[in-house]
Amino acid sequence: MKKIINKHPLAIRWFHWINFPVLAVMIWSGLLIYWANGVYRLGWGDQTILKFFPKSFYEALNIKYRLAEGMSLHFFFMWIFAVNGIVYFLYLLFSKEYKLIFPNKKSLKESWQVILHDLKIRKSLPAQQKYNAAQRLAYTTVIVLGFLMLLTGLAIYKPAQLNWLCNMLGGYEWARAEHFIITILFFLFFLVHVLQVLKAGWNNFRGMITGFETLPPDDSKNIAVPKDDKPEKQSSEL
Amino acid sequence: MSMDEKVVSPAYIRNRTIVSLLVFTLFVVGCVGAWKWLYKQPKQQGALAPLRKGLDANEFIFGSIYSISNLSKTFTKEDAVKKVRVNGNAGMSNNFDTAAWKLQVIKAPGDTLMLTMADIKKLPKTEVIFNFKCIEGWSQITHWGGVKFSDFVKHYQLDELAQRQFTGLVTPDNGYYVGIDNRSMMHSQTILCYEMNDSPLPMNQGYPLRLIIPVKYGVKHLKRIGSLSFSNQRPKDYWYERGYDYYCGL
Repeated sequence: MKKIINKHPLAIRWFHWINFPVLAVMIWSGLLIYWANGVYRLGWGDQTILKFFPKSFYEALNIKYRLAEGMSLHFFFMWIFAVNGIVYFLYLLFSKEYKLIFPNKKSLKESWQVILHDLKIRKSLPAQQKYNAAQRLAYTTVIVLGFLMLLTGLAIYKPAQLNWLCNMLGGYEWARAEHFIITILFFLFFLVHVLQVLKAGWNNFRGMITGFETLPPDDSKNIAVPKDDKPEKQSSEL
Repeated sequence: MSMDEKVVSPAYIRNRTIVSLLVFTLFVVGCVGAWKWLYKQPKQQGALAPLRKGLDANEFIFGSIYSISNLSKTFTKEDAVKKVRVNGNAGMSNNFDTAAWKLQVIKAPGDTLMLTMADIKKLPKTEVIFNFKCIEGWSQITHWGGVKFSDFVKHYQLDELAQRQFTGLVTPDNGYYVGIDNRSMMHSQTILCYEMNDSPLPMNQGYPLRLIIPVKYGVKHLKRIGSLSFSNQRPKDYWYERGYDYYCGL
């Protein structure tokens, strides 16, 4: 007999795996659109550290002269991205699953300890539930970014009808830049996420497909599941 | 909220893993298949048919939030650029006789109103300084002057024609053409434009008369208007035929 823990509810697994190809198509079609006015760069004055993107990048991926195709893809798949994301968020709220993902009071401090641990500077991980503090922060940030993606996207899609939104985001050109920056952040998240999943191994990865993880027979080292979320010492006033 | 632990047999773990992996594989195959299927679909006006339906559905959805009272943000003269970008010259052939130009308003077959620049300039002038947005993604604050299309319609008693769904505009050489919904044409910032930065339109900006319509991408701001007409079917549109959205509404 073996011990397992049901880690990811079925719904979350579907949201996750639907989002993966849809976000990939959104970023891909976004690149097809961006190429037509690929003006962003990292640098100052005349100094450019990184151009978004070098010519070779566009050529290697065959991105050039596909603006119409990019727009038709982007404005189709945006619906799936938006609906999947919003339903996911509502699911988090109503299933109370958010309690395992949103950061709590300890998360900021503890995420440092997690990072130090991952960099092999610190030996032990702080006690955690489903996710450690760094994961809570990262996953919550990515949810917020998802919302910002929808908002900045809407602002550049309908800057006249939604002029209040466009103005709120700093105007048309800023909203476009923000939309682009969030894409880069998504991509950076993706890189770290994949590296961490590779590092965590099969049991963890399988969990996102089957929902469960097997636990070692020895109970002492498995994912600690504290009774509740509250700090041990509670102040007397409530 | 916590996760439940269970003690199970190795067979349970194996079976659940197999079932999940099977569903997962089907999902992956389904996604790849759907993508390949999409790219095998026939093209409709230059766009893959399902995506064309998507664009048209978006027109329906976002057309419903369109309000003629929503204005594009306006700016001051000082904000406007002096060097206005020129993009594209379709419909701007060299053999254009400016002296002979007249605006043709096609009211019905055989009933065309011919207007000179002097006729148009008699109407009150409206200036628009707004962020001109190209479908390519760049934008520029530009300053234009001309006659509100809604004033024009009223003055020439085209109200009934403008009740139709669309206006079609064509360059004199028929090389460039756009179709625009009349709700957008009748917007207070839509002008038949003859001035840029307080001077007559330069040749490459559509002298003598062009359209400025801030609720649309630049592709709809047709330069050098030859004729305009009204219809209930989508008039021919140059970039629509090349895979772009017909509506292009902002």
